[in-house]
Parts: sequence; C-alpha cells; structure tokens
Amino acid sequence: MATEIHAVRRETAAPTTGRPSMPGLVALAVLLLVLIAAPYVLYPVFVMKVLCFALFACAFNLLIGFAGLLSFGHAAFFGGAAYITAHTVKVWGLPPELGILLGTAFSATLGLAFGALAIRRQGIYFAMITLALSQMVFFMALQLKFTGGEDGIQAVPRGHLFGMIDLSQPMAMYYTVLAVFLFGFLVIWRTVHSPFGQVLKAIRENEPRAISLGYRTDHYKLMAFVLSAALAGLAGGTKAIVFQLATLTDVQWQMSGAVVLMTLLGGIGTLFGPVVGAALVVTLENYLAASNLPVPVVIGVIFVACVLLFRRGIVGEIAARFVGKRP
Amino acid sequence: MIARLLAGAALAALAVGSAQAQQGKISGDVVKIGVLNDRSGLYADLGGEGSAVAVRMAVEEVGGKILGKPIEVVSADHQNKPDIGSNLSREWIDRDGVDVIVDVPNSGVALAVQEVTREKKTIFLMQGPATSRLTGDACSPTGFHWAYDTRALAVGTGQAIVKEGGKSWFFLTADYAFGHQLETDTAAQVKKAGGSVVGAVRAPLNTADFSSFLLQAQSSGAQVIGLANAGGDTITSIKQASEFGLTQSGQQKLAGLLIFLSDVHALGLQVAQDLVLTTGFYWDMDDEKRAWSEKYKAKTGKMPTMVQAGSYSSVKHYLKAVEAAGTDDGPTVAAKMKEMPVNDMFAKNGKILPNGRMVHDMYLARVKKPSESKGPWDYYEIIRTIPGDEAFATLAESGCKLPG
Repeated sequence: MATEIHAVRRETAAPTTGRPSMPGLVALAVLLLVLIAAPYVLYPVFVMKVLCFALFACAFNLLIGFAGLLSFGHAAFFGGAAYITAHTVKVWGLPPELGILLGTAFSATLGLAFGALAIRRQGIYFAMITLALSQMVFFMALQLKFTGGEDGIQAVPRGHLFGMIDLSQPMAMYYTVLAVFLFGFLVIWRTVHSPFGQVLKAIRENEPRAISLGYRTDHYKLMAFVLSAALAGLAGGTKAIVFQLATLTDVQWQMSGAVVLMTLLGGIGTLFGPVVGAALVVTLENYLAASNLPVPVVIGVIFVACVLLFRRGIVGEIAARFVGKRP
Repeated sequence: MIARLLAGAALAALAVGSAQAQQGKISGDVVKIGVLNDRSGLYADLGGEGSAVAVRMAVEEVGGKILGKPIEVVSADHQNKPDIGSNLSREWIDRDGVDVIVDVPNSGVALAVQEVTREKKTIFLMQGPATSRLTGDACSPTGFHWAYDTRALAVGTGQAIVKEGGKSWFFLTADYAFGHQLETDTAAQVKKAGGSVVGAVRAPLNTADFSSFLLQAQSSGAQVIGLANAGGDTITSIKQASEFGLTQSGQQKLAGLLIFLSDVHALGLQVAQDLVLTTGFYWDMDDEKRAWSEKYKAKTGKMPTMVQAGSYSSVKHYLKAVEAAGTDDGPTVAAKMKEMPVNDMFAKNGKILPNGRMVHDMYLARVKKPSESKGPWDYYEIIRTIPGDEAFATLAESGCKLPG
C-alpha cells in the first residue's frame, strides 16, 4: 500500500525546482483575474464557499502533496476553528478578524498536539492516528455545551472588519474572503518553493536518505503538520463567518474524506490542483442539489473514474500533457 | 415656476404611488415555492421527493395559478449540510425569486435557513425539523413550524402513555444534546401526569449493539421503555428489542419518541408491533385524509408521513393567505396566515400562534400486530387524541421574543 502511494506520488509530483515556474505564474495571474471577476458572474456566497474549501484543500495538499503525509483528521482543524471563531464572535463579541485569528491559533495548537503524536508513525498508521484524534474532537463538539450539539452555533454576526468594513455587504465579505484565500495560498506557494519545502520533498521521496543527510525529519514533518493545520483552521474560521454558523458537518470524518477527494480530483502535489478540485466538488454539491440525481453517488462515480482514468488529477494531467513532464 | 414644481411633485407622487401598488402584488409575476430537504440520505423517506409531490398537489388544487399569476415549484437536496442549505436558500431568494421555502428536515439545517429567511423576510414552512427552538428562542416573524415538534412528542408520548396506564418509565437515551433534551422533556411530562422514572441509560450515538442497554432496561422492571433517540439508533434499538423478546413478553412496552410512518414501514410490523408513538397525522383516520392519501399514494406508491402531509397543508394555507392578502410580500402574508384558522384534511381548526407554531391535535398511536393489519400500510391504531393546546407550548412558555 505504502509503496503504491509512493509510486503514484512520484508520477504526479510537480516540477521540483526551487523557483516558481513561468506557467505557474501565468496560472496564478489567470486565477487572480477569474477570482476578482467571479462575484459579478456567479453568486458571491457560492464563490466564497469555493474559496474556503479551496484553501482547506490547499492546506491539506501541503501535507500530502509535499511532505507525503496522508492525514485523515483534517476536519478537526477545519471544524474546530469554525467553532472557536463562531463562539468568540457570537458570545464574546470579538470582531471577525480576531475571531478568525483565534480559530487559526486554536487549530495550530491542536495541530502541534496531533502532529507530535502522529508523526511517530508512517503510512496507514499515521492516517489512523489522525483519524482517531479527530474523532475525539468530533465527540467533544457533540458533547460540549458551547457547541450546541447537533444544532451547532447559529446566527453568528458577520460584524465589521477592523471596525470599519461592514461584512454584511456581500461584496465586502467576498473580497475579505478572497484576501484570506490569497494570503493562505501565497504562504503555501512560498513554503513549497523555499529551502524548507525542498527538504519536505526530500523527506517525501526518501526519508532515510534525508536523515542520512543530517536533516531532523521529525522537526520538518511536525512544522509542515502545524502549518497545514493552521491554514485549515484559517479556512474553517473564515467559513464560519461567511455562513454565520458552525456545525457538526465541519468536524465530521466525512469532511476529512471530502478534502482528500478534492485534492485527489484536482491533483495531489500540484499547487492549483486542490483549488480546481474544491471548486468541482462544491459546484457539484450545489448544482446537482436541484437535480434528481443523488449527489453523493455522482461524486463517488467521478472519484472512481478519476482514480481509474487520470491518476494525476485534473491539474496534474494538464501539467503533464502541456507543460511537459518533470525536467 | 411654482406650477412646474408642483406638477413635478405630483408626478413624483404618482410614480411613488404606482411603485407601491406594484409592490403590493406578486413579486416577479410568479409565486415560487422551494422545497428544500434531504433527497438522498437519512431523511429522504420521511420527506424527500414525497414532500415535493405533496406541495405540487396543493398547487394543482388551486389550478396552478394565484391572483392570475402562475405558481412554480422547485426542489433541492441539502444533503443534511447546514452550509449547503443556507447557501441554496440564499441563492433561491436572491437570484431565483423564491417566495416560500418548505420542509427542511434536520434541526441544524433548519436553524440555518431560519436565519436566512428572517433576514430576507421570506416565508419558511417547517415540516421535517424537530426542535422546538424554532418557535422558541430562534423564532422568526416569517417562520412557521407545522407538523410536530419535540415538545409535542414529549407531551404526547410522555403524558398520554401514563394516562393509558404506563406508570413507570425507563429511558434509553442517545448520549448527545438532542437525546438528553428529549429525555428531560419527556420525563417531566411523565412525572406531571403522575408517573415515575425508575432509571435511564445513555448509549453513544450510532450504537451498533444495544444488548447491554436493553438488558438494563429489561431488568429495571419498568412498564415503559422510552427511546429518546432518533434515526438509525431508533431503528437498531427497536430491532434488537424485538430480538430480545422484550415486548412480546407483554410485560414491557416500547415508546418511540421520534418515529415516522416510513420508519415503521421499513421495520415491518413483525418487529415494530406494539410500539407506541406520537404522530401529527395518520392517513387512515377519516374519509378526507384517506381520499387525499390515496391520491398521494397513486403518485408515489407510498402513504404520506406527517411531514409530507404537513407540507401539503402548509402550502395550501400559504396560498390561501396570498389570495386573501392580495400580495406575496413575506411579512404581510405571514400576518394573514396567523389570522386565518387552518382547515384542511391535515388539521381541523388549527391555529397559528404569533411565534409561528401551528397548533393542531396530535395522536397517540400503537403499531398493530401483523395479525391485526388488514393490508399494506394498515399500521397504526390511534389510541388517544391529544388536544393541540396540551401538546404544544403556549407563546409564553415557548420563550420566543419577537419585536413588536
């Protein structure tokens, strides 16, 4: 199983040079233009949802695509931050930016605790440990008083950003979310193209060799885990402000599965893959809702087709075909 | 100069006047009804497409038109995710001009949609969700809770069973907020009616094996075992209770606190026999209900649950109110709906409280033994009618605070 994952990953991996590639920069510019124009064409709340999930998937991809760690507990960071943000904004009356920040900090701390335990094991054991820990978070979300059980925290006020910008205006909210997304995306971009990112990739490709070169791989893996958890939390906290709610859906293990799906569909180890994958899954969930097709079945069929036919994912396939394979 | 100004003012006044007149009619020249529920998951059978069919039946009965404008029905699957429900309803209202949202099972999703409809002043007719918070601390001027709620289930099952002789109770409770609330509410009703609670056991959510819990219930010697759980947990616990011969002994009775006709259909009479439950609707009670339900069955192949029948009833009442108010403006229609009594096959002289709670009679039912059932869907024997005023909370009790 583990070797198989490794084989796929080698095949799908993006060019691993230190500098951002030219096609990558062009793609970033196109993405930026599309996102700036999107709310005038599409329904803003929908695009905001896509952005939140895209950031979540990017954070997850940082871990699996670049450090080679398959976490099956990322819902805990996403949903946990959503609860913290919703609670601090609604009950403590904090401004939204502080609420999101606290949510992110919470997820980072949680990530540190989870990571410290989980990185001691590899492969399926790593995945199972993260799953078990995230189920504990789910259990707490179900049982604790402040989370409201299965009703969740509802009617969270959007408030004013920095005390000035009224986020109840859809466009103000949209560009705030866009800014958060771009911040997160650039952090990941920078990380991947930094010496730190290079070491992560070295660990992914061959951990014993990285150790023999003198790298303390556990430190690198833990840092990647915490960073990924924090960014997932940033996405979750932002989502809580957008939808004005935090519920069990966000901490359920299905959410951890959904983010794996998004990343796989878009392309593991590519920077833009998770964005495309998240957009695809969220679009299907929304637009198939009004059709008579059972949504989970359709998404399942697409997933199977993707794994069988184009294992690199959408962006991975495009990159392999048009930009050429690895140097 | 002055004459010109006056003329201008008069023109402006006219323009404003006509704009107001237009506002007082049907927005977008169509009345759009959005049925939002679970169409692929856990709650698809109790609401799902069936609720949409029931709503279309209500629309057909008025000829598909109201105040000379067409009525359109759209439906969508919220997949039990509050964010999808909130997003879809927002988009429906903002982009597609949906005037009323119907059904929305799953309390988490319903609370999210309640916030959206409150903000947008859109009518929200709730059938599927259980929590009485929707007409309590989370009530909205345009939100209506129709078929049932947790309080009515607690009163129905708790009080009515004690009056039928089931004095001592033991609770099998799902260990999370919903289960605890259901247990507390029902226990209070049991004690109020003069019964006693001899014990309770908490089972984790989605328990696969209830045997140890059922043994505790059995050895407690209580006459009634209250199932304060929902969905899959209820189904599993009833099945295993039947396997243990808990109810066949005739010593103990199972009381389901949240069970729909579709659940009984899925379980089968052999397993579900003698289960006692509360419902807001049963198809085989009078000619009017039978006639409507047969028509519904011709379209879907199933008899309606209280959620589906309630969807029909609430939309029928909504359309009547639109007709009477001469507009589809949310708050105006909501006020009209609260003025008029609800009289249709679902409810007789139902009244709507200011918090949006539709008060109607509830029924305590016993599931028939296979030998008693005369044919398919002949499942319930109604053993008691619970008057609406007893079943549902009054405005003061509900804790709803509406401005004005």
